[in-house]
Amino acid sequence: MNGVKNLLRGNVRQYGMVIALVAIVVLFQITTDGILLRPLNLTNLFTQNAAILILAIGMVIVIIARHIDLSVGSVAAFTGAVAAILMTKHDVPWVLAVILCLALGTAIGAWHGFWVAYVGIPAFIVTLSSMLLFRGLTLVVLKGATVGNLPSGFEAMGNGFLPDVGPDTGLSNLTLVIAALLAVFLVVLEFRKRASAVRYNFDVVPAPLFYAKLVAIVAVVMVFAYLLAQYRGLPIVALILFVLIGVYGFVTQRTVIGRHVYAIGGNVDAATMSGVRTKRIDFLVMTNMGLLAALAGMVAAARLTAANPKAGTNFELDAIAAAFIGGAAVTGGVGTVVGAIIGGFVMGVLNNGMSLMGVSIDWQQAVKGLVLLAAVAFDVWNKKRTSVGGGAGAEDTAGTAAPPTELVQEIEHAEAPGTEAPAAR
Amino acid sequence: MSQPILEMRSITKEFPGVKALSDVSLTVKRGDIHAICGENGAGKSTLMKVLSGVYPHGTYTGDIVFDGQVVEFKNIRQSEAAGIVIIHQELALIPELSIAENIFLGNETASGGVISWDRANRQAIELLARVGLAENPLTQVKHLGVGKQQLVEIAKALSKEVKLLILDEPTAALNDDDSQHLLDLLEGLQGKGITSIMISHKLNEIEQIADEITIIRDGRTIETLAVAEDAVDEDRIIRGMVGRDLEHRFPEHEPEIGDVLFEVSNWSVMHPMDHTRAVIKNANLNVRRGEIVGIAGLMGAGRTELARSIFGRSYGSRVEGRLVLDGKELHLGSVPAAIDAGIAYLTEDRKALGLNLIDDIKRSITSAGLSKLRKGLTVDQREEVVVAERYRTSMNIKTPTVNEGVAKLSGGNQQKVVLSKWMFTDPQLLILDEPTRGIDVGAKYEIYGVIQRLAKQGRGVLVISSELPELLGLCDRIYTLAEGRITHEFSRDEASQESLMRYMTTSNREQEVVR
Repeated sequence: MNGVKNLLRGNVRQYGMVIALVAIVVLFQITTDGILLRPLNLTNLFTQNAAILILAIGMVIVIIARHIDLSVGSVAAFTGAVAAILMTKHDVPWVLAVILCLALGTAIGAWHGFWVAYVGIPAFIVTLSSMLLFRGLTLVVLKGATVGNLPSGFEAMGNGFLPDVGPDTGLSNLTLVIAALLAVFLVVLEFRKRASAVRYNFDVVPAPLFYAKLVAIVAVVMVFAYLLAQYRGLPIVALILFVLIGVYGFVTQRTVIGRHVYAIGGNVDAATMSGVRTKRIDFLVMTNMGLLAALAGMVAAARLTAANPKAGTNFELDAIAAAFIGGAAVTGGVGTVVGAIIGGFVMGVLNNGMSLMGVSIDWQQAVKGLVLLAAVAFDVWNKKRTSVGGGAGAEDTAGTAAPPTELVQEIEHAEAPGTEAPAAR
Repeated sequence: MSQPILEMRSITKEFPGVKALSDVSLTVKRGDIHAICGENGAGKSTLMKVLSGVYPHGTYTGDIVFDGQVVEFKNIRQSEAAGIVIIHQELALIPELSIAENIFLGNETASGGVISWDRANRQAIELLARVGLAENPLTQVKHLGVGKQQLVEIAKALSKEVKLLILDEPTAALNDDDSQHLLDLLEGLQGKGITSIMISHKLNEIEQIADEITIIRDGRTIETLAVAEDAVDEDRIIRGMVGRDLEHRFPEHEPEIGDVLFEVSNWSVMHPMDHTRAVIKNANLNVRRGEIVGIAGLMGAGRTELARSIFGRSYGSRVEGRLVLDGKELHLGSVPAAIDAGIAYLTEDRKALGLNLIDDIKRSITSAGLSKLRKGLTVDQREEVVVAERYRTSMNIKTPTVNEGVAKLSGGNQQKVVLSKWMFTDPQLLILDEPTRGIDVGAKYEIYGVIQRLAKQGRGVLVISSELPELLGLCDRIYTLAEGRITHEFSRDEASQESLMRYMTTSNREQEVVR
């Protein structure tokens, strides 16, 4: 029992969000008479939200590093537009166009990184500038018009599916195979984790619980795969997304550079004095956001089969909201990629579910706004409940009058995302 | 004798899982200066938070009788209205506002919501005169030094018609002059009928100023001493605080000193903003293997600046001079370079520069030596726990697990975490800047032991401290630093508080070049 408790204690926030997501899914599954989880709609959930989710991955890392990026919507629109122009007006092969635009996004991110890390201008201001700049440049590039007729290979990035292989089973075989491989991979990973924990004499959850967890993992993966396979299989964009989640989850949680991102977000001065190259990390984090913004822009353009001057409007706010719903803190140092993805799905399912119910777009906005506040309020309440009110160390360090932790948390969440203008030197 | 101004009877305060105060009683006589002593975590601040309404009535048990009446404060506003004002160690002034604005913040001299600045400034001048601060009330607080800011805090308290003034570590951040001024001021206020409660780790100050001393240990009142009658001295207070005789405040140590390990020559550093202002002037010093070398200097002498300029030029501009470590000349352009070269620097400000307070113990310990845990692309998180556990045991870090947040630890244990962090980088030279600031007597003893152990392993240790007894007890050799110059070098036998102080304050005296 202790194992479960410890497991939960460390991850209440994330488990809380998973539970919230499941609750929302169940709610809409009922109110929409089961439409929500139909294969077609499940597929739509991925394709509709892919761009935001890709942005959310980069955004949560930016937020962990105590910055913000307001430009991602405009940068996404701009790179999508440039890709469209390159492919339609200059006959650039689509693969090359994608690579060029990813490079372009990276360069834009590096531009932000330069100002933020090496000049010391708050990211809020640098990226606010870019938000205006690249929205304007998008209009310039597209001459104010929508550019369509994109190559089908490019469009597949947004709304294509894995090819059909093997015998005709009425299902997407490749999807099921990939899901099975993923399930096996996850199970192997769990076993290795457990074996290593045992080798180091750490506490492990009791065996029955462990196997229950494995069964749950396999079941979830396979049920989703089966649902998707009933329609046209795994959307390519979902595959991209899973790869990104895997890579960025790994980088943030397991590597030195990931650790350094959390360190500078938690206390940049302490990180500096511990030998972290803080400017380089700031630079890389902003640069990476540019790369992901370009990818998101192209995915969005591919899904809409056109580059549009208004594309990506409010993407930055959705991505920021996803990160905060997923547990990131305005003051930096806290948050996870998986959390941001869950946050993104919470909003995505709300959108989708309300649309299915015929709720108008204006009300959807209003509800999403309240959900953001509710999620963060839950977070604050939860931290208050679990923290020992300054108990054991109530009188730490010479009675320095640090405000109680609850208060700090309240403050850090009381600030709107917009007010963060970290004084990066 | 009139009735006491304050009686706290059988105060018990529990946090989930912890009894912070159990059955604590405190009686403060009217017009006294009453000191509260105790190790960190003993419950001093918790008691003051109960008194001032930070922990509202109902969250604790017991009675508080103030000025003859049972009081039940629900918040700080109510306790202030009754005349109890608490001044925290970390000052609660707003740097961008003026002195007058700060004094009357939350207590504005307004009629109908409109502030009368003329009246406010006039009253501010009177209040500043009472605390002996000759400053224009329109001056922004950020332009004042810490000592003067402390006086502004007291003026602010006086503006609230304070009857009982509580000061939490008032002199912790002050230099000796400012401390003395503050203590004089408290005595002056005492003459005007203001009762003070002072929490302090500086026992010499307590001895000097307090009428009575209450000692708290492990959330219980141990005793109340009347300074005049009980012949109280520092050892007596320490005995009460730790519950045992501290025969020696420093562990036994037989130094094993080897060859010169580290040498700084002709080291000059300019101010980071003002490239013409020299902060360190032509400093020369060396540290031998196995040697603990002290740097004594007053605040502003350039101690931290010297250390940080050595540590990868993390301070200053136009750094000139030579650094030689283990026979090799170093050219350190960054903190990572300094760490790689085998230098560690424990910062003076533990919370702002030493720790990421939202992180846990294990990650704090490995944060400076993380590359040692690299396994392929990843950080070996199993090994990380093993490393952290090793330090938890060897450093006696008091925590249930290394997964706890460092914010939950007491100051002494936090410092052990920071020390562990640097030990994990396996440095040849450790520069320890105020290694025992704000931590209690017991933990200090342990940290002295660690420092001696590090020296014994053949490392060099450079200790910067404001506490001269600490330097005298710990160091094999001491340099004095005054106004950016190294003014003298003392062997262990030559040094005394008086002789050190003489060279720490030397400024116009002829400079002595250290060999």
